[in-house]
Amino acid sequence: MIKFVNVSKVYPNGSVALEDINLEITTAEFVTIIGPSGAGKTTLTKLVLAEETPTEGTVLFENIDVASFNRDEKTQLRRRIGTVFQEFRLLGSKTAYENIAFAMEAAGKTDDEIVSDVPHVLQLVDLQDRMFHFPGQLSGGEKQRLAIARAIINQPEVLIADEPTGNLDEASTKEVIHILKKINDLGTTVILTTHDPLLIHAVGKRLVSMEKGRIASDEERKIKV
Amino acid sequence: MFWVRLQRVVRSGWINFRRNRLVSYAAILVTTITLSVATAILLFQAVLTSAITQVQNKVDIAVYFTVDAPEDSILALKSTLEKLPEVANVQYTSADQQVLDFRDRHADDYLTLEALDELGDNPFGGSLLIKAKDSTQYEAIAQVLQGDSQVARDNAQIIDRINYSQNKLIIDRLNTLIRDARTVGLGITAVLALISIVIVFTTVRLTIYVAREEIGIMRLVGASSGYVRAPFLVEGILYGFFAFVIATALFLPLTYVIGVRATDILGFNLYTYYTTHFLSIGGLVLLVGIFLGWLSSFLAVHRYLNV
Repeated sequence: MIKFVNVSKVYPNGSVALEDINLEITTAEFVTIIGPSGAGKTTLTKLVLAEETPTEGTVLFENIDVASFNRDEKTQLRRRIGTVFQEFRLLGSKTAYENIAFAMEAAGKTDDEIVSDVPHVLQLVDLQDRMFHFPGQLSGGEKQRLAIARAIINQPEVLIADEPTGNLDEASTKEVIHILKKINDLGTTVILTTHDPLLIHAVGKRLVSMEKGRIASDEERKIKV
Repeated sequence: MFWVRLQRVVRSGWINFRRNRLVSYAAILVTTITLSVATAILLFQAVLTSAITQVQNKVDIAVYFTVDAPEDSILALKSTLEKLPEVANVQYTSADQQVLDFRDRHADDYLTLEALDELGDNPFGGSLLIKAKDSTQYEAIAQVLQGDSQVARDNAQIIDRINYSQNKLIIDRLNTLIRDARTVGLGITAVLALISIVIVFTTVRLTIYVAREEIGIMRLVGASSGYVRAPFLVEGILYGFFAFVIATALFLPLTYVIGVRATDILGFNLYTYYTTHFLSIGGLVLLVGIFLGWLSSFLAVHRYLNV
């Protein structure tokens, strides 16, 4: 589904984020990418989202080079990929309900679908009582649950969670892990990047370890998911 | 789907406009200043045009005829002159009317009237007072009457004198003054308009700079560029609309006061002019406001859409 072929990324300031990455992620996999800060985990996700382009090599999404996408094609790609970020990246001027509704409107969903699905997904992440709160009025855990709700509302084929628990306490982290597992069980490919030990041991059959922009190891684990 | 999207975009723009009140107020304030400048410029042009017209109306060419010039010949010349494209109107004063006017003007001057009576016959000939459509056209009219034209040759026997050469200096000065006034007016208009536009652009850019992160997020959750941009355009249009309403609310009482106090100086009632020309002045200002808001938003958002 997603394939990195000899991918390198050097930022304009000269810092090497990725070096000769070869990685293949198949449909419905749960891949956990671990590594310290600066290992290149976030750059990897940005390349999948076409937020950045590789300096060398190609990133393929269903065998199409993501870097060749024009603006409209990038939009279509992002509708197929849900994203959750460490810093939440919620729309601060919109309520919880509107944040999710916006993602649905952007995907061309009807008003009827929005009215029926938004409360439902908010209930899934236990935010039904925070529907009309702004992100600034939510706790860290609530914000991340809202971000997950937004990421999954359009039933994406892939969910990228980039350090989703970085700003959360232990209880909230467990909630997020639980939700991610459920999403994967429903057939969505999940790519999780983290350096949180709790997450590393709790989720993901496949563990990809990164160091200084390179893949240090890529292994299947026998853990109970 | 188009109407649904339009409805969502308008709703979203309106909600953002209300929620970001401080930013919206700042943008409206700056746009109001710009539209006030635009309205003032339009009214200034009207005042300038009125002043120029007033001065132009005081200038004319007078053709004085000999005492024995037949009235038919004078009226024939009047008819010829009226057909000239440069001529606005021609006013005929007969010899009899000339003497009556003279007596009126010198009603208190006993000696002059006595001298007139002693002459016995009417010493005045008829005259034509010619108004040009534009003050720069007097020379062309004078050429027809004085030069080598057929009209000049046909009427050489009956024309006593033409006062164009006496008025030429005044007319030339007037033409220079009008040209300079228009040039200066245009220059001031251009400078003020440019300053105002730059200020509006900068303010709207600042308002959108605040939202630059959200623009990036919207793109990342799969919103198309157009869908991200559209609510900001609605906000820009709203800035222009509300600025127009405020500018109008300011100019109605302002022109009323000027109308009451300065009609004699200006030569026309500015309030009456503003209200009777409201569709054109207000419409233009509204369009300028909406266009400025829209364009500023369009350009400002464009910078942050490349995600």
